[in-house]
Amino acid sequence: MADVSLRAVRKSYGKTEVIHGVDIDIADGEMIVIVGPSGCGKSTLLRMVAGLEDITAGEIGIGGRVVNDLEPRERDIAMVFQNYALYPHMSVRQNLAYGLKIAKMDKVEIARRVDKAATLLQIGEYLNRKPRQLSGGQRQRVAMGRAIVREPSVFLFDEPLSNLDAKLRVQMRMEIKNLQHELGVTALYVTHDQVEAMTMADRMIVMNAGVAEQIGAPLEVYNNPQSKFVGGFIGSPPMNFLPTGAVTAPASTTEIGVRPEHLRFCAPGAGLFDGTLKFQEALGAEMLLHLQDATGRVIVMRVETRDAPALGTETVSVTADPADILFFDANGKRA
Amino acid sequence: MHLDSAMSQRVTFNNKLLPYLLLAPQMLVTLVFFFWPAYQAARSSLYLPDPFGLSEQYVGLENFTFLLEDPYYRASFLTTATFSALVAAISMGAALWLAVMADRVIKGSGAYRTLLIWPYAVAPAIAGVLWLFMFNPSIGVAPYYLKALGYNWNHVLNPGEAMGLVVAASAWKQVSYNFLFFLAGLQAIPKSVIEAAAIDGAGFWRRFRTIVFPLLSPTTFFLLVVNVVYAFFETFGVIHTITAGGPQQATTILVYKVYSDGFVGQDLGSSAAQSVILLLVVGVLTIVQFRFIERKVHY
Repeated sequence: MADVSLRAVRKSYGKTEVIHGVDIDIADGEMIVIVGPSGCGKSTLLRMVAGLEDITAGEIGIGGRVVNDLEPRERDIAMVFQNYALYPHMSVRQNLAYGLKIAKMDKVEIARRVDKAATLLQIGEYLNRKPRQLSGGQRQRVAMGRAIVREPSVFLFDEPLSNLDAKLRVQMRMEIKNLQHELGVTALYVTHDQVEAMTMADRMIVMNAGVAEQIGAPLEVYNNPQSKFVGGFIGSPPMNFLPTGAVTAPASTTEIGVRPEHLRFCAPGAGLFDGTLKFQEALGAEMLLHLQDATGRVIVMRVETRDAPALGTETVSVTADPADILFFDANGKRA
Repeated sequence: MHLDSAMSQRVTFNNKLLPYLLLAPQMLVTLVFFFWPAYQAARSSLYLPDPFGLSEQYVGLENFTFLLEDPYYRASFLTTATFSALVAAISMGAALWLAVMADRVIKGSGAYRTLLIWPYAVAPAIAGVLWLFMFNPSIGVAPYYLKALGYNWNHVLNPGEAMGLVVAASAWKQVSYNFLFFLAGLQAIPKSVIEAAAIDGAGFWRRFRTIVFPLLSPTTFFLLVVNVVYAFFETFGVIHTITAGGPQQATTILVYKVYSDGFVGQDLGSSAAQSVILLLVVGVLTIVQFRFIERKVHY
């Protein structure tokens, strides 16, 4: 159990800088999710905390100890990999015990910890199987188990659920969250899936092109995105961006952003956007409406299914409460 | 779906003769160059030709009984075992070491690999001559420096040195081949597995011993079979050029004895019997390797 701190952490490969200075203080027991599109540097950042990548500049601390020059094994961390990285020639039991054996732990204690983790993760009956005899979900659990038995200060997760099917993913993300909460171990979790990020994080880091665009609690990030990128990346469907138009806005505003669920119909010509209803996506209780205006711009609106109008060619107007409208400047930052 | 149906679709011939015609060239090559000589060897092993090769006499298994009582032949077995074990161990060991090192190199790895692969392109006889010149007792570079160190190298007289030299030359030639396979095997191991072991606390040698080497075992096993067969047969050129089986038959491995008894000594019956025995030995060895060693291999 430990806090983790990143101070102006940078990473370069040759002359190309891929991480441009990330700062964050992670409290003991906190679950931080790093989310961003592929290639944004989120996995690299995690691997730097793990010690699998050198730190070009800056400082990473775990439990108050600077770990920049420490080997992965000296950092008191455990990592769950995207492809699980189980040792294929060892049984599940041997996989779990490998790290403990290296630490020269007492055999009785090893057996106790392995059994405890196996019970916790419900993999007790597979202990003598090889990884190739397990399903994807079971392998995932073994990978988790291997992290748990070591009782590390920090868990590192590198997209651990992306190889699972959708249903299992939903189940596992709650399990991981519960487990992390119960064990009270600080965790860093990398994903490209914003739903995972929203549901699992105590706080999340939204990364874009090597920069931490925003760090905050999921709902805070959702409701109050600090940049156009964050607004567009978090939320599904993403935030709509429109010209300022007649809205009263700060002087530097070039665009306004509105969440699909904040849009509502209004009198013709009196709203933010006039267009025709091109598509409907029925999600069940809700429906997504794709509206297109004369210039070809498309916005998405979320309505209750029973309120949805029929597809048609007549022009409809939509608007939003002034409180729900966000202003962005020419650099994509909040105006 | 589409791919599946395409894959499961079988090609069918309407013409009943065509498949046989297509197979015929390969069958012909196999029959003429493999089965016929094998049959000839098996047949001649039961006969004893007269000194002029004009007639032959059926002698049953006498060629074999004579061989098995021949101390030179039994010594050749031991020589072959020593030689093959040394060649396989040295060439595989060196290749594995080089592959592990080359796998860690990032800058200029292409150049290293190319250079390490080159010796494989050298023909066995050329390799033999190369080592022969380097170690020639009167004009060689190596004996010259060894003499400066106070060691008098003469593999023409010293059986141990002769064995060492043919082993070195044979192993050296095979290192490239083994290196290629080991390197490919190393690169096929998922990087994350190695990283997981590093996080689990395993240092380089521990990772190598407990993760890398077990995962390489299919490659190692394959190379073991290939290297033993190589040492048994393909090293003929090396031995022929360097020692010609000497001194005192110290480097006469089975395949070399087949040649020297048959084509130099003109004892065709014995030579044929030896090749039949050699065939059986290699067959048995391969079966043993697959039956007993493969069980310990993690695929």
